[in-house]
Amino acid sequence: MWRDALLVAGKDLRIEMRSRVVLNQVAPFAIVVLVLFAFALGPDRTPMVQGAAGLFWVAVLFAAVLAVQRSFALEANDGTRDGLRLSGLDPAGIFLGKAAAVAAQLIVLEVLLAAGVVLFYGAHVRSYGAVVAACAAGTAGLAAVGTLYGALAAGVRVRETLLPFLLLPVVAPVLLAGTRAWQAALGTGPGGDTAGPWLSLLLVFAAVYLSLGVVIFGSLQESG
Amino acid sequence: MTTPVPTPATSPNRKPWPLRALGAAALVSMAVTVWLGLWVTPPDKVQGQLVRLVYIHPPIAWVALYLAFGTAALASVLWLWPRTRSRFWDNLAAASMEVGTVFTALTLVTGSIWGRPTWGVWWAWDARLTSTALLLVLQLGYLALRRVPGDADSRARRCAVGAVIAGVDVPIVHFSVDWWKTLHQGATVLNPDLSPTIHGIMAWTLLLAFVAMTLVFIWMLIVRYRIQVLSERLEGAELEMALHERWAENPVPVPELVP
Amino acid sequence: MASAVFLRAAVALTGRFPALAGIDLIVAPGETLVLQGPNGAGKTSVLRACAGLLPITGGDAVVLGHDLRRNPSAVRRQVGMLGHAAALYDELSVVENVRFAVRAAGGGVDGIDAALDRLGLTGRLRRTTVARLSAGQRRRVALAVLMARRPALWLLDEPHAALDAEARALLGAVITESVAHGSTVLLASHEPEASLPLADRVVSLAGGRVVDERSLSRPVSAVMAAEAETTSRPFVVGDVHVA
Repeated sequence: MWRDALLVAGKDLRIEMRSRVVLNQVAPFAIVVLVLFAFALGPDRTPMVQGAAGLFWVAVLFAAVLAVQRSFALEANDGTRDGLRLSGLDPAGIFLGKAAAVAAQLIVLEVLLAAGVVLFYGAHVRSYGAVVAACAAGTAGLAAVGTLYGALAAGVRVRETLLPFLLLPVVAPVLLAGTRAWQAALGTGPGGDTAGPWLSLLLVFAAVYLSLGVVIFGSLQESG
Repeated sequence: MTTPVPTPATSPNRKPWPLRALGAAALVSMAVTVWLGLWVTPPDKVQGQLVRLVYIHPPIAWVALYLAFGTAALASVLWLWPRTRSRFWDNLAAASMEVGTVFTALTLVTGSIWGRPTWGVWWAWDARLTSTALLLVLQLGYLALRRVPGDADSRARRCAVGAVIAGVDVPIVHFSVDWWKTLHQGATVLNPDLSPTIHGIMAWTLLLAFVAMTLVFIWMLIVRYRIQVLSERLEGAELEMALHERWAENPVPVPELVP
Repeated sequence: MASAVFLRAAVALTGRFPALAGIDLIVAPGETLVLQGPNGAGKTSVLRACAGLLPITGGDAVVLGHDLRRNPSAVRRQVGMLGHAAALYDELSVVENVRFAVRAAGGGVDGIDAALDRLGLTGRLRRTTVARLSAGQRRRVALAVLMARRPALWLLDEPHAALDAEARALLGAVITESVAHGSTVLLASHEPEASLPLADRVVSLAGGRVVDERSLSRPVSAVMAAEAETTSRPFVVGDVHVA
């Protein structure tokens, strides 16, 4: 399973390095989202600083939807979809591999977005540990659920509109917990709120959906 | 497909008598609940007449979440498990989720109505309302998946996985929204506890209300399930027609297979 | 000896349409079978069903000992399919694609160079991204993948399309070699002059069912003449190339 996962992740990331879709399209999109938020909330800096944590995570969520769609667009060509199913790869391995590739791309996007938030909104990071931990755990959870839903919607013709509608509600806890953790780290949250419980929530979310994906991805590959 | 489509006990146009009896029981218990709730039980000291909504809102919420969603999620798991896979679980999940969506929407409406005089706003980000709103969106997502065209097996598979993903999310959502509200210091006056103290006849009425709502749900579930089975029979008949049309493409008689 | 492919009254649906409407087919191991028939007859569906990609909803279907009704994914490792669309990633190069496919199947990468050489994919061509290749070249890459994987059952969907004469001869040789190694071959084709020389048996499909079947113990030219009489395709017997 792990060998298959590495193989699939390597393949997806290699394609990304060649085509640079995430870097050239999704990253600018994420920055544009930040700028639009500034238009909506500004020009006074105070609401932006207050909302910086939440806005970061909303932008991450949107970027995640695009990253997942891209991940499954790699196999949108009928031949490659069949090819993957016929390849003999362990479905759990395919799941972990694709999720890992999506997670890697999301991490890069998050670094970019974090820089953007600090720059545009004037946020001050007080605890780097909490920020990094929240992003790591949150990304793992997002990638897991996203890959699951991406596979689910893969054979469907209306998948572009279906995927966001399915994915975003389910990852609402990541948005919630991630925002709280970041608020604790940025010092913009309600007083006395620590990042601890929120980080554990993010970890539980990631663990639950990674396990679920490993168990259930096989049945998604079976037909259709 | 592994099992043949189950048929209703009698002709489709007449409901079998256990179903009628169930419907009658549901109707009667609802009527008694309404009578008790509106006239017999006393109003609350704090909330006045508004407290009567406690006989409606919590039972509906319980049915929507635990009965409806729970049944759908459980049925989906049983469908996914190869040893127990059967059309019955898929149809049950679809029926349960659909009826459950109605109940979830009602939960939101009754919750909103209850909150309006108390809070002065039609909507407040109360923990339970927020979780329920998210639940509604998850259920609508399931219904959208159900509408995706395709053969019954793929559709069942997609919906079953969707239901499990959403089902696993429900407790996580509950916890996170709960913490969201309680860990948030500085709770405002806008969110007094909606739950009044219950005692005596109010407790009995509440119990009856739960029973009544459960009966209503089960009745609706069975009716919806029967509709689902009938629509499957229709699909089977369409398949028969399609097969005959396909055979008509080829007028040459099929020869015996040479071993 | 158990058959490689056993279909009896098999029904398969795409959406609500019965692509296979009760098909009977038995293929012995090591046999080369050609599927013929008009467009929409179900040739591609038979191949996809045998690969475990198209679920069987009625009748019996056993391929390479695996019951397709119960567990279609078990058979996938042992079949190799050459479909209309090549299962290649456009952004990766030829050698990267083949390497991925072979390692996915658990094979070693040593056989890759030999397979690529055999199919004329040498030198700079190996490092070219698939997106830049012609259709014929893509076919060759897909064929290289098949050769390197050595599956027990080959499923070829109109493999001669987009191949020039030299490549067709190569394909014929590759198929013959693999049959010599014990593989079973199912070939769907619109081009009898290219496919019949390779076949042990020809099966005609229409409307999702088998309508005719013929063993090729006679010389190929006689079969072609009989074909020309029964079909309306314009065809001249003298044009036949016998390998």
